[in-house]
Amino acid sequence: MNWILLLEQVLNGVQLGVLLFLLAAGLTLVFGIMDLVNLAHGSLYMVGAYFAATFTSWTGSFVLAIFLAVPATLLVGVVVEVICLRTLYQRNHLDQVLATFGLILFFNEAVRLVWGPAGLDVPLPDFLNSNFEILPGVPYPTYRVMIIATGIAVALGLYFLVAKTRIGMLIRAGATNREMVGALGVDIKLLYTLIFGLGAALAGLAGVMAGPIFTVETGMGEGILILAFVVIVIGGIGSVRGAFVAALIVGLIDTVGRSFLPDILGLVLSNQYADTAAPALSSMLIYLLMATILAFRPAGLFPPSNG
Amino acid sequence: MARLRIVLLIGLLASLALVPPIATWLDEPFYIVLFSRMLILAIGAIGLNLVMGYGGMVSFGHAAFVGIGAYMVGIGSFHSIEDGIDWMASGFFQLPAAIFVSAFFALIIGAISLRTKGVYFIMITLAFSQMLYFVAVGVEIYGADDGLSLYGRSEFAGLLDLNSDSAMYYVNFVTLGICLYAVHRIINSRFGLAIQGARSNERRMQAIGFPTFPYRLAGFVISGVICGIAGFLLANQTDFVSPDMMHWTRSGDLIIMVVLGGMGTLFGPLVGAVAFLLVEEILSSITISWQLYFGPLLILVVLFARGGIDGLLRPRQRADG
Amino acid sequence: MANLHLQTVDLIKRFGGLTATDKLSLEIERGELHAIIGPNGAGKTTLIAQLTGELAPDSGRIHFDGEDITDLPVHTRSGRGLARSFQITNIMPDFTSLENVALAIQAHAGHSYRFWKNARKDTRLTEPAQGFIDMVGIGDRAHVQATNLSHGEQRQLEIAMALATKPSMLLLDEPMAGTGPDESARMVDLLRRLKESHTILLIEHDMDVVFALADRITVLVYGRAIASGKPEEIRVNPEVKAAYLGDQDGGHA
Repeated sequence: MNWILLLEQVLNGVQLGVLLFLLAAGLTLVFGIMDLVNLAHGSLYMVGAYFAATFTSWTGSFVLAIFLAVPATLLVGVVVEVICLRTLYQRNHLDQVLATFGLILFFNEAVRLVWGPAGLDVPLPDFLNSNFEILPGVPYPTYRVMIIATGIAVALGLYFLVAKTRIGMLIRAGATNREMVGALGVDIKLLYTLIFGLGAALAGLAGVMAGPIFTVETGMGEGILILAFVVIVIGGIGSVRGAFVAALIVGLIDTVGRSFLPDILGLVLSNQYADTAAPALSSMLIYLLMATILAFRPAGLFPPSNG
Repeated sequence: MARLRIVLLIGLLASLALVPPIATWLDEPFYIVLFSRMLILAIGAIGLNLVMGYGGMVSFGHAAFVGIGAYMVGIGSFHSIEDGIDWMASGFFQLPAAIFVSAFFALIIGAISLRTKGVYFIMITLAFSQMLYFVAVGVEIYGADDGLSLYGRSEFAGLLDLNSDSAMYYVNFVTLGICLYAVHRIINSRFGLAIQGARSNERRMQAIGFPTFPYRLAGFVISGVICGIAGFLLANQTDFVSPDMMHWTRSGDLIIMVVLGGMGTLFGPLVGAVAFLLVEEILSSITISWQLYFGPLLILVVLFARGGIDGLLRPRQRADG
Repeated sequence: MANLHLQTVDLIKRFGGLTATDKLSLEIERGELHAIIGPNGAGKTTLIAQLTGELAPDSGRIHFDGEDITDLPVHTRSGRGLARSFQITNIMPDFTSLENVALAIQAHAGHSYRFWKNARKDTRLTEPAQGFIDMVGIGDRAHVQATNLSHGEQRQLEIAMALATKPSMLLLDEPMAGTGPDESARMVDLLRRLKESHTILLIEHDMDVVFALADRITVLVYGRAIASGKPEEIRVNPEVKAAYLGDQDGGHA
């Protein structure tokens, strides 16, 4: 086995994992606290990526674009929350699924109208578009290192926010007992809007960072949204810690599985069959993982304390 | 109001029965195809409604069963020509295959998913259908992404010829009728009451002695089979199968049809499917960006017309939440 | 030991740091009405949940009819003849009273993998169901949706559903809770009749009812049985007085 290739794939897996975490953190917070299933979370990711493309071409600087696109996505998120989602908190999950499904249709079409049907590319500045020696003689794209570093920084920041601050205290209280937070005299509406905005900003950040790696196109948020759902289901809905652990697991298994499964299958099957079976099987891996975990722990790895 | 509802339903069924002659008379054969699609999707929605409306299990993955049913036709057609296995072109093979394979997958997916509740159930069914979608995308021999074009529709030698649009239409129409009648019987049977009781109050059902899990699982399998039959028809209708039939947004479409028509009502899925495809047809003839309007429309339906179309036609008797 | 109907042996259930059931050993004889009293939070409902199988105890065993049922699921225990009513009314709200009771009968009339015949018109279900509804005194409300019944009627429906499972033993969790004076008088009357034919474990806050009906009483405090005996023994037990009856004015609502 090629150890350098394995190391690269592991890093790629971690990188996918932190992107998934950025998306899943918002989803799981919004679900844990507001009891809202938001399918349109992936749309915010897509919007973030489009903003990054536009602001990069306006300002000529990707770095500047990050600092513009993230607040812009936050703003979109807040507007959506105030106009539409706020009325859905009291509704059952089916209503929420349907309404946010409607939002996806709307966002995909709106993006197509504004930015056109063709995909966009986000060019990287030179200092990021280079290689970084993670080990002597082992280069790895600097930009991907930056993604991993940013993701871990955000995870630490979120941990600090949830564990050490007053807002975090309210968030934790809200996840276990909604009425209690109201009884504390907190403006619940504002708190919810804030949390949703935070989730939107994180999704936007994920979209911005994904921009230079994937093509920016309509519907780009849907595939990754479903992965993010798998992540929060595995992690335990409502748990940020669970989302982090599960995001890394899913990112790693998906990436490493895709690159090594053909070889592994080749050991037991003839090449022809291995080549046929491997792509199908490797995209099944994380779903098999999820099924296995849920079969033993129906509420995920880190179920919320209120059961 | 109640009488109006019955009159409208009978009118709907009667006009659906008359679609082929009218379309032929108007010289617009396209309408036969459009309404055929409505009937087929209505069958799928009827299947979903059995678990979602009557069983209270919101499955976000039922398009997978439609896809399985469709692929049985595609795979049969493929091998009958490529490998010269004649019997695989036969509907007498393809239809039972669609039924048994969708039942098999529904059994496995249901057995795992039904261990979970609420939002976990929504997501795990979604994930399983995505998994099958990726399997279809990954299987190169059956066309991967691009899917398979049928070499011919299912052959029911000596019984049926599906090759005319009108014949296909009436096969769909009769199948729809059979499914409606079967579901009508099921929901009023002991089994039907058991799954509806489990929707209403699962804890209490267990306390009075019902093992709710196997009943729900059986309901999930029946509903998967109905969707598999819809898939069998859909493949024949479109002469084509592709992974797109199993895409999660197709599952979303089925949920929309059920809710739009009226969840947990016998005719709701049919009304919903007709309404859904009509709205799609009308909006998309006005503007290419029809989803820009369909999305918000859907949100408005959720916010303001919770009982669906059926709810608008019913006297307000129950205020259930 | 011959005539023990239900027995728990060293039953323990903890929630985090809280011990809801603390090494509880109960013995309920066949045919008796055994009341369990205790202040709020004494672990009464938790105990019932373990007896019916909704909660698994951390340790200890439960014997019913001489057999160990500790690991049996809820529906199997119901099949053995153990039925409960719930403290907070727990019915199928969108079914009629008759359908609620008919379901309870159906649960014990063989399997329900019958997909074709109309069960709503099946007299093997509806006739006995009507009988149980009449017995608890809401016969004229058979075709009313359960959600539209008065609170007291829902409590009576609860009992009818429990009876319809043909139990040998009833676990009644505060059957009087929230009922008006008329309704509770009818309920006492009903309990007195049921006592003739069933072993009953009764959880109740209304002391007049408990002391009027019970053959034996167990007093539960913080999950522990501090006393068990005949009503007249419990009434004079100093420990019970101190822990519970003494502060009757403030101890419970």
